[in-house]
Amino acid sequence: MSIADLAFYAFAIMGVSAAVLVVMSRNMVHAVLWLILTFLSSAGLFVLLGAEFVAMLLIIVYVGAVAVLFLFVVMMLDVDFEALKGEVARYMPLALLMGIIILLQLSLGIGAWIEADTARELRQAVTPDPLQIENTRALGLLIYDKYLYLFQIAGLILLVAMIGAIVLTLRERKDVKRQNVLHQMWRDPAEAMELKDVKPGQGL
Amino acid sequence: MDDLLREFLPILILTALAGGLGLVLMLSAIVIAVRNPDPEKVSAYECGFNAFDDARMKFEVRFYLVSILFIIFDLEVAFLFPWAVAFGEVSMTAFWSMMAFLGVLTVGFAYEWKKGALEWQ
Repeated sequence: MSIADLAFYAFAIMGVSAAVLVVMSRNMVHAVLWLILTFLSSAGLFVLLGAEFVAMLLIIVYVGAVAVLFLFVVMMLDVDFEALKGEVARYMPLALLMGIIILLQLSLGIGAWIEADTARELRQAVTPDPLQIENTRALGLLIYDKYLYLFQIAGLILLVAMIGAIVLTLRERKDVKRQNVLHQMWRDPAEAMELKDVKPGQGL
Repeated sequence: MDDLLREFLPILILTALAGGLGLVLMLSAIVIAVRNPDPEKVSAYECGFNAFDDARMKFEVRFYLVSILFIIFDLEVAFLFPWAVAFGEVSMTAFWSMMAFLGVLTVGFAYEWKKGALEWQ
């Protein structure tokens, strides 16, 4: 067994057991940490497949950003862990049923899967040969002109996500006083103060 | 393929060592360390105090906004990587399509800045 095989089994076992722990752990913050371990082991699996760019993407985007977002969401949920203790046993039959159904569907799908004779060649024809070119460069040559529309749509989706997040969550707080630097700089001293000439003994 | 994996071998060794060392340290603390708890020993010590409240509480949604905006720009940078790696070989179409992509996201950035989403109030 080569080191690559050994690494594959290590990452696969780590990934699957971490995924089980994501579902099983009582504390949701721990569940998110196990999820990070799952992402990391799938990144290892992607490297073993030769897809190094996807692996790095998984680490940068999923571990670096999405997991942090999940942590925020988990912390925002006001969940009482003591109240959750008894719930697992109650929903177990339903969860088992759903798991069995999904397993059945998967085995049906994989069982009925026939690979066409030309499937491998067809798949190879789209992408450059991985032995000739490293895959980040290969992606760079493909995404931006061959898949131009999809790439531009991805940009627009990001724009919509950005605007949506701002519209949904940004609220002006009226109860805080803020320093507005430009406002301060544009303030005209001549208009800010007025001198009144008061005659002695008369008042204003 | 084998060359690629060989280049990743040091990273694998480093990861295995780091993970192994962490596990060994934690397990040895469980196995070897003398533990003799006592109500006084485990109570909060001099300057410490007992928790006032549960750590699970609702907090400002603005943290969430910052996090989402970070993810979006993270993805934008992720799209920039292959383009930058293949920069010498990409066609003019690819160059201008990236410029259009950056332009669209700059519009979003301007909107965000103008709305004051980047400012903490």
